[in-house]
Amino acid sequence: MAQHLLDLFAIESLWTEEQRLVRDSVRRFARERYAPVLQKAWDDERFPDELVPEIAQLGVLGAQLHGYGCAGMDAAGYGLTMRELEYVDSGLRSFASVQGALCMYPIHAFGSEEQRERFLPRMARGELIGCFGLTEPDSGSDPGSMRTRAKKVDGGYVLDGAKMWITNAPVAGIAVVWAKTGEDASSIRGFLVERGFAGFSTPRMHGKHSLRASWTGEIALEGCFVPDANVLPGVQGLKGPLSCLTQARFGIAWGVLGAALSCFDTAVAYSQERKQFGKPIAGFQLTQQKLVEMASGIINGHLLVNHLSGLKDRGTLTPTQVSLAKRDCVRTAIETARSARTVLGANGIMADYPVMRHAQNLESVLTYEGTHEVHTLALGRAITGVDAFS
Amino acid sequence: MKILVTIKRVEDYESKIKVKPDGTWIVTDGVNYRANPFDEIAVEEALRLRDANMPSEVIAVSVGSELSVNEIRSALAMGADKGILVKQAGWVDSDAVARCLQKVIEREKPDLVLMGKQAVDVDDNVTGQLLAEYLGWGQATFASKHESLESAEEKAKKPGVKLAADKASVEVIREIDGGLETLSVKLPAIVTVDLRLNVPRYASLPNIMKAKKKPVEELDPKALGVDVTPKVKVLKVEPPPARAAGIKVPDVAALVQKLHSDAKVI
Repeated sequence: MAQHLLDLFAIESLWTEEQRLVRDSVRRFARERYAPVLQKAWDDERFPDELVPEIAQLGVLGAQLHGYGCAGMDAAGYGLTMRELEYVDSGLRSFASVQGALCMYPIHAFGSEEQRERFLPRMARGELIGCFGLTEPDSGSDPGSMRTRAKKVDGGYVLDGAKMWITNAPVAGIAVVWAKTGEDASSIRGFLVERGFAGFSTPRMHGKHSLRASWTGEIALEGCFVPDANVLPGVQGLKGPLSCLTQARFGIAWGVLGAALSCFDTAVAYSQERKQFGKPIAGFQLTQQKLVEMASGIINGHLLVNHLSGLKDRGTLTPTQVSLAKRDCVRTAIETARSARTVLGANGIMADYPVMRHAQNLESVLTYEGTHEVHTLALGRAITGVDAFS
Repeated sequence: MKILVTIKRVEDYESKIKVKPDGTWIVTDGVNYRANPFDEIAVEEALRLRDANMPSEVIAVSVGSELSVNEIRSALAMGADKGILVKQAGWVDSDAVARCLQKVIEREKPDLVLMGKQAVDVDDNVTGQLLAEYLGWGQATFASKHESLESAEEKAKKPGVKLAADKASVEVIREIDGGLETLSVKLPAIVTVDLRLNVPRYASLPNIMKAKKKPVEELDPKALGVDVTPKVKVLKVEPPPARAAGIKVPDVAALVQKLHSDAKVI
């Protein structure tokens, strides 16, 4: 009798009873409520905002944070949440990652008590959507080269610059914008720019072949005044944005395993149904090899993120460890999606099956939050002690 | 108002169920378990009644192995206040479950007991009725409502089972052949729920975190004075016959002929 992959290697037995409840509740929501509206959202190149109240009701937004209306979940519980969201679509997981890890986290970690009270409960309730402005048209893997400047004036700062590839930007009520207050990277500060501030706009970016069920936009800052009360007091330099990315990458490592599982489940089911030469294609050695490679990758990925979760709960997680996990899990996921596509043959390119959509989404995930290549170099530096960047 | 709601651990309907080769039961390896979907509707209804009639309390009760605590936790995660597990390993027949529940109810003295009309594992549909008989209470089975599951009333999470103003009875709309029937049942009473009563909520992550702090009491059937030796014997378990392939008929006349001569339905 065929066994499900995660039972085969007793993966699901790793989770506590509580983590399983989290998994099941998020799974039901994502598959029953989100999946039915996904294809239309994808076709229309939009995130289905109308589901935000339900997503918030489920407690997904900022679920890893404590207090301020957040769930306060442990690392694996949070990770399983990301996995179940991304099983359906990377755009849904991206929405939750940006809100929880890139916006709520810095306010929680580096904000004043007043800022936390002012923003976090509304963000947890989904009443205020956040975006994260770090990447610029001419500054991607090298964020220290950013051009956005914040000039000190009486009572606050005036921001000028442009951010690009910003998830959620078109619908965001608040943007966590990173800008230099001086010349070098050590002068970078975090600014909470609110919708309605003069000189703040978020034009939408069109024409994506990936993450179509997700908002992507720019942040334009033209003499935008931000009061002192909206400057994050607790951090300065690249450490600010990079620590947010460490949080988000943790969720990505978990999340993409959901996309991989979706592709794997689809490929296994298809191979058992599809008959050629008088037998199911699951009975062909080349198909079995593909499925086994996918299975090994997914199981390895789960063991990796489970260990990573233990490190996170113990408070010893390092950015290098997260680099390794993000890099490895995304590679596993994208290889799984591409291979699953071949198992499905021509059907693999059709919207009737999720694999091509996942494969397209994962092209973005491979590049965002630290490209595969830059994570390779970060790990290379950690292993050899020699820095390939400089 | 004190509401007791039952929740049973059953095979997940999405799992592929296979019968053991010796025909004694099903293969349980690799099968996932979950709360009986009808019981989840009962939990949802209990929570709505509680929230509409505060102060009230919802107690989730399960009779089953130690693993059934998972389903109690899922009810607590939805919002129930406390749990009781009557712990008994192995198969317990519906009559024994009803007698265990009777003892728990005599102790807890709830005003209302809400239960799924049946569990999706063995589909007995007798526990609620037996329990009402043993307690000598009134019962209303197959609770439903007029409003659709897409209606504004449903979205506002209004209870379909309505507590009377004097709190001495509940009004229950029940599904019967050919329509809906409205009953008024004196409390305390047993109400079993059908599919179209409500859409159960998703347990939110903060509520799942809170659920672990809620108390779950364990009880032993023997200590309750209940002999759980099954009265029902399972003689044989077999899969339903495989469906024969369909046929194509050339026209309506041939279809009518087949319905008459082969299917014998007209």
